[in-house]
Amino acid sequence: MLQGFVAWTLWPMASDLAAAPADAPLIAAAADLRFALDEIAADFRRATGQDVRIVYGSSGNFRRQIAEGAPFELFLSADESYIVALAREGFMIDDGVPYAIGRIALVVPAGSPLKLDGELVDLAAAASDGRVRRFAIANPEHAPYGRAAREALQKARAWDALQDRLVLGENVAQATQFAVSGGAQGGIVALSLARSPEVAGRARFVVIPDQMHAPLVQRMALTRRAQSTAREFYAYLQGPQARAVFLRHGFAAPA
Amino acid sequence: MDTTALLLSLKLAACTVAILAPVGILVARWLATREFAGKPFVEAAFALPLVLPPTVLGYYLLVALGGHSPLGRWYEATFGHPLVFTFDGLVVASVIFNLPFAIQPVQRAFEAIPEDLRHAAACCGLTGLQSLWRIELPLAWAGLVTGAVLTFAHTLGEFGVVLMVGGSIPGETKTIAIAIYDRVQAFDSPGAGVMSAVLLLLSVVAIGITFLASAKRRRHGS
Repeated sequence: MLQGFVAWTLWPMASDLAAAPADAPLIAAAADLRFALDEIAADFRRATGQDVRIVYGSSGNFRRQIAEGAPFELFLSADESYIVALAREGFMIDDGVPYAIGRIALVVPAGSPLKLDGELVDLAAAASDGRVRRFAIANPEHAPYGRAAREALQKARAWDALQDRLVLGENVAQATQFAVSGGAQGGIVALSLARSPEVAGRARFVVIPDQMHAPLVQRMALTRRAQSTAREFYAYLQGPQARAVFLRHGFAAPA
Repeated sequence: MDTTALLLSLKLAACTVAILAPVGILVARWLATREFAGKPFVEAAFALPLVLPPTVLGYYLLVALGGHSPLGRWYEATFGHPLVFTFDGLVVASVIFNLPFAIQPVQRAFEAIPEDLRHAAACCGLTGLQSLWRIELPLAWAGLVTGAVLTFAHTLGEFGVVLMVGGSIPGETKTIAIAIYDRVQAFDSPGAGVMSAVLLLLSVVAIGITFLASAKRRRHGS
């Protein structure tokens, strides 16, 4: 309705709007995939000549948006429960496949008084002696990496002391931004983001052992809107090239 | 520099102005020339988006237009795509959000026109519409310009509502304000910096135009 109105009121801008063709399928992807999936999408374009449009954000928000009718054709969630719930409600073709296992890392920006200690023992001490004034994690209410960070902090008995100093990112990429931009003394974020070159210049990181939190099984599924390109990309994501990229970016292979 | 996002924002702003300019003129003239019971409440309702947090409006729009609402379902059945997370949905949100910006400057301009002038126009046999077109609009043009420019600039900068009902889809709902947020999260400071500078420049130009318009009007008035 409005599109028609737009077409005659405006200068001819609508046609050259999108850099990726506007009919390229929309993919909703958890924020921790930002660097890995860009690389896989570029490989996919080289291999098949087809484009996808990727939107990065918090898995919890995508879960809500897809249930409200958002036009995504494929959803790569950082938490498999969202996929399972959407599949049960009839928005997905099936309950999909796990594509990776996410790991978390402690990031410490240059000049921070925190020690790089994956067991988080020093962090618990730093919370009580005042070395940490601000500590960044993703919002545990709706971001899977925030939940994993909370579990790890609880396991290290640092949660209670740290709670009133937490800054919560809306998704894990924003939490990473908070953790390394100097406003906080550190943060617990996705390993895939911590080891990206964009972060490496500003902060050091250490992997947190996977016994410290429930595994972040990342699951993807096609939505009921999926067309052929999205299906091809879905298959490509399960192939050996894509798997290798995930591993290189700090994900573990799914069981 | 995300030109797709910039063009999308300009398109959204132009659509909003195109829809709101006539609405603003009619509502503003009505409010400026009529007295009726409950008028303060009507004026307050049109001014509400000025003080309403964008996330509140975004939440209500998501509920009202989303896939679970009767309106959202009717829209999807009729046009084949949902209203939320589309450009059309952003236009609806943007029109509602900009009502006070499009109405208030125009209303003030109409109120500044002496009532005698309208009476004289009527005595000369001009209909209401002719009077509006030939007498009142030429006198109120500065208010119109201010309303249009404020609406345009305000749409370019709108973030909260777009984030809630848009979903950051490239070429569809990813406006320049959202693109800046996205670039910051991707650790792309140069990208965010360039786009922020563009928005800053556009805002300065917009404010400059509105001040020029009101300065002209004052000189006319004296």
